[in-house]
Amino acid sequence: MDPYVLKSLNAAKRAREAAVVVTDLEDGRDRLVRAGDHVAGELGEAIGKVLKSGKSGVAQAEGREFFLNVHVPPARMVIIGAVHISQTLAPMARMAGFDVTIIDPRTAFATPERFDGSDLRADWPEDVLKDRPLDYFTAVVAVTHDPKIDDYPLISALKTGCFYVGALGSRKTHGRRVERLKEAGLSEETIGRIAAPIGLPIGAASPAEIAVAVLAQVIEALRTRELPVRDAEGAAA
Amino acid sequence: MTLSPQPDQHDPLMIAENWMNDGRNVAIATVVETWGSAPRPTGSHLVIDSEGNFEGSVSGGCVEGAVIAEAIDVIDSGKPRMLEFGVADETAWRVGLSCGGKIRVYLERLG
Repeated sequence: MDPYVLKSLNAAKRAREAAVVVTDLEDGRDRLVRAGDHVAGELGEAIGKVLKSGKSGVAQAEGREFFLNVHVPPARMVIIGAVHISQTLAPMARMAGFDVTIIDPRTAFATPERFDGSDLRADWPEDVLKDRPLDYFTAVVAVTHDPKIDDYPLISALKTGCFYVGALGSRKTHGRRVERLKEAGLSEETIGRIAAPIGLPIGAASPAEIAVAVLAQVIEALRTRELPVRDAEGAAA
Repeated sequence: MTLSPQPDQHDPLMIAENWMNDGRNVAIATVVETWGSAPRPTGSHLVIDSEGNFEGSVSGGCVEGAVIAEAIDVIDSGKPRMLEFGVADETAWRVGLSCGGKIRVYLERLG
């Protein structure tokens, strides 16, 4: 591999940009193609395909064999609520490769002591998400069950098409939430995308067990959903 | 713990860049094709230096030893190699995939 290709690839990854390493398997030469770069012909088509699917593979183009290794940004997890569940969910999600942010305006909850090593924002979701908007590669996990805090990021996640949207709360709490989101103008189908009750049904009881159930459900969503077509800026179309 | 995103610390290609910057000679192994049940998906990397230190994986530990041995030659010669591991070939008898799958691994020198 060309050292320059490696450096450019790692820079793209740090900037959360999708890129493809194209290796000619006959002569070993390689190059980096970023999402939005124009590549002509059969090879360009094949590159477009792997960027869309997110799946690397061998491609035949112009009578040669190429390996196309696609690198998409690591999934992000935005946790709304610096609660007990989040104290376990955040480090576990980081271990599983997620880029995690915890948001909670309640400064009694959002203390660095309770969230050592996490990217913690003691601010309203409205303000934090302005600087770092949600995208397709983001999972939103709302666990405060306080409508004042949860509703805005939930609505924003559903509108953006985040690959996972989950909300904690009893059936009664969720029923009231569904009513509020309908009043906010969301369709029943859109609201139906919210994972509620949150987490895979493994009978989780303690906060740590619920965190496992939630993380498993987020991974399931990440690995079973198709990637959207992305434009030159890397934004979901 | 730090605030830097966790993936960096375990990403074989980030590690390869660090090794390169430290002046170490590095080989990169990449899973380019899989058939049947293979433990690591296409695109997975194992990076190896000339001392035999390695990070990442191309299988569940079944064939890493063989890839590392070949890597030393590739670092010396600079010539990339395609390695195949599976149930059907002779190599498999020594270091085959116990899961019954088959993989093709591209091994190249960095630089």
